[in-house]
Amino acid sequence: MFDTIKLKYFQGNQYIKDIKNAQIKEQFRGFPIIKSSKLDSSVCPTGALSANPNSIDLGKCTLCGKCQCEAIKFTNKYKLASTSKENLIIKENMTYEDFEKIAIKARQEIKRVFSKSLKLRQVSAGGCNGCEMELNACSNCNFDMGRYGIDFVASPRHADGIVITGPITKAMAYALEDCYKSVPEPKIVILTGACAISGGIFQDSKELDRTFIEKYNIDLYIPGCPVHPLTFINAVLDFISA
Amino acid sequence: MNWIKTKNNNKINALEIPTGTVEELKTDLRNMKYRPIGFFGKQEFSNVRLYVVLADDSLGDIYVSSILFNPDIKSYDSLTPEFPAFHNFEREFYEDFKIEPKNHPWLKPLRKNQDEYPFFKMEGEDVHEVAVGPIHAGVIEPGHFRFMCQGEKIYNLEIMLGYQHKGIEELMLNPNNRLAESICGDSVIAYNMAFSQVIEALTQTTIPKRAQLIRRIALEMERMAIHIGDLGAISGDMAYLMGASIFGTTRTLIINTMLEISGSRFGRGLFDVGGVNFDIDKEMTKKIKSTIDEVLKTVKRTAETMLKKTSCISRMEQTGTVSKETAVLLGAVGMAARASGINIDSRYDFKDEWYLKYWQNTEFKPAGDVWSRFMLRYKEIIQSAAFINNFLDELDNNKDGLTTSINNIPPNTFAISIVEGWRGEIVHCAITGADSEFIRYKIKDASFNNWYMLSMAVRNNGISDFPLCNKSFNLSYCGNDL
Repeated sequence: MFDTIKLKYFQGNQYIKDIKNAQIKEQFRGFPIIKSSKLDSSVCPTGALSANPNSIDLGKCTLCGKCQCEAIKFTNKYKLASTSKENLIIKENMTYEDFEKIAIKARQEIKRVFSKSLKLRQVSAGGCNGCEMELNACSNCNFDMGRYGIDFVASPRHADGIVITGPITKAMAYALEDCYKSVPEPKIVILTGACAISGGIFQDSKELDRTFIEKYNIDLYIPGCPVHPLTFINAVLDFISA
Repeated sequence: MNWIKTKNNNKINALEIPTGTVEELKTDLRNMKYRPIGFFGKQEFSNVRLYVVLADDSLGDIYVSSILFNPDIKSYDSLTPEFPAFHNFEREFYEDFKIEPKNHPWLKPLRKNQDEYPFFKMEGEDVHEVAVGPIHAGVIEPGHFRFMCQGEKIYNLEIMLGYQHKGIEELMLNPNNRLAESICGDSVIAYNMAFSQVIEALTQTTIPKRAQLIRRIALEMERMAIHIGDLGAISGDMAYLMGASIFGTTRTLIINTMLEISGSRFGRGLFDVGGVNFDIDKEMTKKIKSTIDEVLKTVKRTAETMLKKTSCISRMEQTGTVSKETAVLLGAVGMAARASGINIDSRYDFKDEWYLKYWQNTEFKPAGDVWSRFMLRYKEIIQSAAFINNFLDELDNNKDGLTTSINNIPPNTFAISIVEGWRGEIVHCAITGADSEFIRYKIKDASFNNWYMLSMAVRNNGISDFPLCNKSFNLSYCGNDL
């Protein structure tokens, strides 16, 4: 037992104190800044980059940095989430502050119902396990999402909403819808990662069935490939306190 | 049967691949005792050509041949009863081309048709079934597990996968590095490396030595990060929460260093075909070395503390045992196979010169249980740390740039690349057609061989030990489902 106590002492505290203002290393590819110039949209593997007019759709972007040039610069700003899919399209000369202002606008009842406690059921619907690993990391000692009352739970019956990762394969479509129906009202749906939002790198696959996305109301879009834990936690926090 | 002998990361003329028969293949398998690493079909006008790729691990040789099925042939005698390692390969071939392997013991769907999946049945007193999934309690990928239990004891576990199937092999006919690294998001570097090496083998491109080193540094960092994370997950599943917490935060140090190198915690975008996109300079070298030192210190201290606890040891020892005999029959590969006593590691067996230069065997007595897999991961973390330090030292002597230009992709060529990811070997095969277009891209993850090992591991164990067994393997769903 003494070894274990010593180990605890030796470890100290590892949590990020101020998660809302935490900084990510500058190498991180986050919010893109686009200057006016002629862009070559063919470098983009997911069709997120458009040259007419110049824009990057964060819902499709895998943040791979292939298009990085004089005119496009990925900053280390990581709060990329939005409550509307249209706002994810970053236009020419748009600043991070502009984006933050319009990004998250939640329904009235969200704050009242969920701001103190939000339990989520995660559904992995054909992803690559990247977003799943990052969502698991949200609950580790560094990020410690549980301190804000946000947790992943084992049953949809205990949940206030679902978090979808992956492009939604045909084989998962039924289970996903079943899970959604099992969550009691009022409930929210969060799409996490480029795959869930747009199909991402797998958008051309014939094995996808994305009718769920069209059928139901989506409350929050959190881009990334995979989503960084800080992006996810801040997105959810902003959403339930908006 | 005639074979073409080749090596890892090599190409051969696809038109010269000999054609044999199933009977000849069986005779050769009896005599040669090689292990299957590829067994996949390709439509050739109205015929189906079945490519067979075998590996001789002792010499690092790869043998390629094929069998041609004309449209009238709808079945052949299954290899599985005599060579069980082929069981999944034959199921896959049947699913894709509807040519039936007769007398296959369980010719069930591998990825498709989950609606009509014929589960095994068990009857008797106290017998009950537990069905889990596709959506699991934790935040993990989807799959369906059907336990047949008597009381607490598991008689059999049947695993039905395919929920992650998104037609990757078809998408890979128009490949790019971003797609390759998204096939399996926990083995980003390994998959990207296998794909890049296939293309480089096809085009006879030799990338700069510095780029080769940086790729291998990243590969070992990936191995370290996942192994440490899994040590934490194993600790968590036996309620040793101190281990779960500390291993979890220690893993963060490594992936955050990866972020500093490549801009992504998992190393996405680190390299493309023809080289690498990010350099590791002197300052970064120092940073990586100090991180690795710190990580190693914490991992050793935590693991040693944990391994002194009898309550931890008793949960791991003789839990989820897979004997060497079973593992050999199933064709197990990678970390799980090594923990069962099979001496197999494609970094060593297929003679990667960088690894051979610094190879040191890990002192380890395999027993095939959770304990062995825990200990092996622990040893491999130490081994990987040594490799990273060696490769970082090598960077100083190898300053030959980061990228090189790529030649054109040749027509009618077959290329193969094997990379040892943290789970085990990842095999990529590519075949080009007359116009240099890709006509077949085949991927085999280590999980494809090893899923059945999990079934064998949990037999006669309490059902409450399933999570522990499962975490000790941590197999890939998307690597299997593609």
